[in-house]
Amino acid sequence: MNNLTALTIAAAREGLKKKQFSALELTDAYLAAMEKARVLNAYVVETPEKARDMAKASDAKLAAGQGGALEGIPLGIKDLFATEGVHTQACSHVLDGFKPQYESTVTANLWRDGAVMLGKLNMDEFAMGSSNETSYYGNVINPWKRNNSNAALVPGGSSGGSAAAVAAHICAGATATDTGGSIRQPAAFTGTVGIKPTYGRCSRWGIVAFASSLDQAGPIARDVRDAAIMLKSMASVDAKDTTSVDMAVPDYEAAIGRPIKGLRVGIPKEYRVDGMPAEIDALWQKGAEWLKAQGAEIVEISLPHTKYALPAYYIVAPAEASSNLARYDGVRYGLRVPGDDIVDMYENSRAAGFGREVQRRILIGTYVLSAGYYDAYYVRAQKVRTLIKSDFDKAWDKVDVMLTPATPSPAFAPGEITDPVQMYLNDIFTVTVNMAGLPGISVPAGLSADGLPLGLQLIGKPFGEETLFQAAAAIEQAAGVYTAPQWW
Amino acid sequence: MSVDQNTVKRVARLARLKVKDEDVPRLAGELNAILGFIEQLNEVDVSSVEPLTSVVTMKMKMRRDTVTDGHYPQMIVANAPAQDDDFFMVPKVVE
Repeated sequence: MNNLTALTIAAAREGLKKKQFSALELTDAYLAAMEKARVLNAYVVETPEKARDMAKASDAKLAAGQGGALEGIPLGIKDLFATEGVHTQACSHVLDGFKPQYESTVTANLWRDGAVMLGKLNMDEFAMGSSNETSYYGNVINPWKRNNSNAALVPGGSSGGSAAAVAAHICAGATATDTGGSIRQPAAFTGTVGIKPTYGRCSRWGIVAFASSLDQAGPIARDVRDAAIMLKSMASVDAKDTTSVDMAVPDYEAAIGRPIKGLRVGIPKEYRVDGMPAEIDALWQKGAEWLKAQGAEIVEISLPHTKYALPAYYIVAPAEASSNLARYDGVRYGLRVPGDDIVDMYENSRAAGFGREVQRRILIGTYVLSAGYYDAYYVRAQKVRTLIKSDFDKAWDKVDVMLTPATPSPAFAPGEITDPVQMYLNDIFTVTVNMAGLPGISVPAGLSADGLPLGLQLIGKPFGEETLFQAAAAIEQAAGVYTAPQWW
Repeated sequence: MSVDQNTVKRVARLARLKVKDEDVPRLAGELNAILGFIEQLNEVDVSSVEPLTSVVTMKMKMRRDTVTDGHYPQMIVANAPAQDDDFFMVPKVVE
């Protein structure tokens, strides 16, 4: 069989089970595709030897009639996940040469289930960015281009490498993380499916920390079913992360195809923001019509504090980041730049090691936590967060799931947005979900006038991931699946 | 509230980030733009609201206060830029 890289995870799983091809053949097909697609800069490190060893081990298991849920499936791993003995730098200069002595819980779960690691994926430095332009390893190129244009576009961020690699079929699926929209926004920009599960669903252990009260891991995949298959393996309770939740992980795949008749879908009116492009609004309405046509009930709802989510996020996230990133001091790992004394060495190492956006957020975070400002900024933001969460809590009496646009625009060009606050506005529809700890999924729903993918977001109740997969599959059924034309 | 150049220098010092003098005006401008954006939170009445401490309703897990891990100093220092005899090496701190 040729073109093995065109298979979804579900199709590859079937082909492997029926012995139509081996795990090694599948992995080799991906390794060859990765080599051809290097212009996208999606991978920062390829691990072909490790991949082939893992694939051979999968073949042995499959031959013996054994193997886990992802046996022999080749995956890309965001550079934020600690992978034992393999480059793990959050795409930052400050972590130069860092090779963890341990494996993150999420990736360990994937390997336990038989997945194969192809390499580490590019991302915004420390997951701070919405365009993958802050990586120390350079920009990622979106596999999608505008109609009749050769201009490069960003893949979104921070999980830009993950989204681009999935869209370009240079991995079967990818791990990603989401602090304010870093799974859902790049998924929307690349025509892929990305889910940020409920806070606590996946263990954060071994994931380089950005903002600990907001960070969650999740998959980016080609379709809703593949995302469900991956999340089932990634999620677990973990003694090493006290915020991980001790609840059985459901069979998410079983939710796909469940009728949505009677499902109450909320349309939060505050998401109809000023200046929203007409095509985004039209897509949103189309999504609601699709769900309604399949028997769902559309309910207008109100989340009054929506507009305060982004400003509150830009206090909470930098504050937590400034604390988390204090550990990079040139002593225990990574870059050391000598100085006159130890403090000078710390300051030199951090100034040389962190990029501009990361330094900006550390400064904001340090400022809002500093003496005299803590109550005015940080405590006020956490109070606003209580109000945002309570808006959702009240709405769940009326609806089972919410539908919103995933992003305020399709993918843009590198260098097009230089103002930090303008860049932050990319997360306007996704960030509330992190502030309230809820699950959210981005699903492709159409193309812009320029031929670029656009996504819709579904927001669920705490641990309502099954409902998200069920409703997302209904949208996918109506909208279809989008594949980037190959130009590389 | 807006930050002046001295505040930028003070905060950079607290954050252990060396900032070049010529970069201070630019940083002050960027921080003020972000703080200006954040300012809109002052419109919200939070007088009777408790700050959020956990997004998920769950009981904080407790564990026994015992040693469950360790005894591998070589692994701990393996990534250090400078190490000797299982210690992290740093510039002289005490005269």
